[in-house]
Amino acid sequence: MGIYFFKKIQKGAHVPHMKNTEDMSFVRLDKFSEIKIPMRQHMGSVCKPLVKIGDYVKLGQKIGDSESNFSAPIHASCSGTVKKIDNIKTVSGEMIQTVIIENDEKYEISEEVKIPQINNKEDFIKAIRESGIVGLGGAGFPTHVKLDYKGNSKIEKLVVNCAECEPYITSDYRECIEDTDNILYGIECVKKYLGISKVYFGIESNKPKAIKLLKTLTKDDDNFNVITLKSLYPQGAEKTIIYATTGIVVESGKLPADCGVLVMNVSTLGFIGNYIKTGMPLVERKITVDGDAINKPNNLIVPIGAPINEILDYCECKNDLVKKVLMGGPMMGISVADITTPVIKNNNAILAFTEKMCKKEEVSSCIKCGKCISVCPMNLMPAGLEKAYDKKDFEKLNDLAINLCINCGCCSYICPANRPLAQKNQLAKTLLRNKNK
Amino acid sequence: MSNFIVSPSPHISSPINTRKIMLDVLIALVPALIASIIFFGVRAFIVTIVCALSCVIFEYLARRLMKRNNTISDLSAVVTGVLLAFNLPVTIPLWIAVLGSFFAIVVVKQLFGGIGQNFANPAITGRIFLFVSFAVHMTTWVKPFYYTNKVDMVSSATPLVNMDGVSTLDLFLGNVGGCLGETSALALIIGGIYLVIKKVISPIIPLTYISTVFILTLVLGENPLNQIFAGGLMLGAIFMATDYSTSPSTNKGKFIFAIGCGLITVAIRLFGNYPEGVSFAILFMNVVCPLIDRATATKPFGLVKNKGGK
Repeated sequence: MGIYFFKKIQKGAHVPHMKNTEDMSFVRLDKFSEIKIPMRQHMGSVCKPLVKIGDYVKLGQKIGDSESNFSAPIHASCSGTVKKIDNIKTVSGEMIQTVIIENDEKYEISEEVKIPQINNKEDFIKAIRESGIVGLGGAGFPTHVKLDYKGNSKIEKLVVNCAECEPYITSDYRECIEDTDNILYGIECVKKYLGISKVYFGIESNKPKAIKLLKTLTKDDDNFNVITLKSLYPQGAEKTIIYATTGIVVESGKLPADCGVLVMNVSTLGFIGNYIKTGMPLVERKITVDGDAINKPNNLIVPIGAPINEILDYCECKNDLVKKVLMGGPMMGISVADITTPVIKNNNAILAFTEKMCKKEEVSSCIKCGKCISVCPMNLMPAGLEKAYDKKDFEKLNDLAINLCINCGCCSYICPANRPLAQKNQLAKTLLRNKNK
Repeated sequence: MSNFIVSPSPHISSPINTRKIMLDVLIALVPALIASIIFFGVRAFIVTIVCALSCVIFEYLARRLMKRNNTISDLSAVVTGVLLAFNLPVTIPLWIAVLGSFFAIVVVKQLFGGIGQNFANPAITGRIFLFVSFAVHMTTWVKPFYYTNKVDMVSSATPLVNMDGVSTLDLFLGNVGGCLGETSALALIIGGIYLVIKKVISPIIPLTYISTVFILTLVLGENPLNQIFAGGLMLGAIFMATDYSTSPSTNKGKFIFAIGCGLITVAIRLFGNYPEGVSFAILFMNVVCPLIDRATATKPFGLVKNKGGK
């Protein structure tokens, strides 16, 4: 009987894969007449523009930076004249100062773009900061901050996150296939400067080609482990992938680094590899464009700051039918109110859906089926949390460990009564935060 | 382009909903219904229809009266009706069946807030209500295939009263006297397998419940196979004890719940006054369920409680 519950079983939801674009190579798209670059595209402080209206900027030139360390500089993603510096509303709903560049489509490379000179760890961290890289998996945490964490001396294991558990998205998978050399070089650098010995790749089983490729390339090195993960959403969540690859449980209130693990997204590492070779900062993004409103789903390389509507047009979006546009995957992505907003650094997909996919099903009473509990990767009790939130019972919310919720959305996804469980968890976290202020 | 919908994630949801779950339960009950019609004749079907229909009507009226939204479309009332009918002897006067439906739906389910809010299984409680109120009607069993022989409508005792000379095969197939839906273990097991495959129920409760009864009766010197195939155990373990709202939601809780059901069932069957203990066992464990739920709350992944108070 023990097998029922004594083993720590990985939990999650079986979401549809919908990896329609898995065989599509990246296509570069650069016909954009106007590029809008918001001065904040990541967690941390807002950058100040370093250019004025009328300035001529070149590709890779730094156009925004912040004095705060918890930020990442921003670079021009095309060459052209700065037309306007204005506040625009970004996807998150905030008004952010934005540099608007009239693109001359020459993509002339700036003299600032130089291969970084790296001799030691400090140089490496500094170079990483200068590159403007943030976690490309979705959260957009500045990479240099993560690499420079003081507890990093304990790190022994690097987990390369190639799980890509969100439906539709295949950009990380294509990165694995097409940019393998840069990824391995990026890993080499991180290993070298942070003194990490072991590397674990975590890939979901629905990407057999990438698994095979990585296994072949790393078969001579015992320090590389390619680990096939069950295709179960959310395998790519930090704590989940650490547990699935290394068996380490990151306790609440601790960072992975405290447990000796560093998790990096595969695209981030691919970028680092390329940056150290060429010196080209983060100016473009590899994205998947898909969804049932898209006639020609594709994987694209677009400059950061490219307006979403033009990308959708390129992929033959059914303009009259599209009802919802997402930045990111359907489980955790953000719905976009204004599709002229630009692509930002941590954008890995643009999905457009018709009415059919946006149907709001009627919310009915909780039938206590326990499905939310059975899918929660953090082993929480979402139905109980919902009740506690409705009653504004702070003690109960804390008791049920609301702060561990990673907002993966599994509970809302599975709920037969269509209750907004994940959404209420978000509200509950905000409620607690405001109360503690 | 028109206005876009902006909503918080997740933006997709699974195709399952309450109605589909209830529909699956109804599909799983079909083999047992067919078996009951074979063994007890068309009247079995009539009793089932009367119960289901009156449950739906009572649910509709109760919701109307309490000025709540209409919930009959989730099919849960139909499930309650069919399960209640399965717990009645085929000879039951129809007005008693309607009364049982009233008690199950209005008193047990709707007065406590409707689907998901009831503390006890409506069908089980309805059966117990009728059992204590109309003991004679509720224990008048007829032999299977009585309808083919109009002269000899002899009542028979439930095999649980006297196990001597009852063949295990007859018990397994359902060729014995008893409530209309509970006699055929085979048909109920087919339904149970369907529910497990469709992931409507977890196999923990039925397996644990049935094995507890099996092991205990074996130890106590009874014929364990006869014990698990006879009476309402299969129906109770597969369809009633697994009721979402009245069983624990965690796996550990389900395990404890099912062991409790098994212990009480055997205790009542072997040492109690009543020949059958399944309904009382489940009702009792229903009442204990919130306590089990509290004791078996999940441990969040990687949670470390702050030591030294809050």
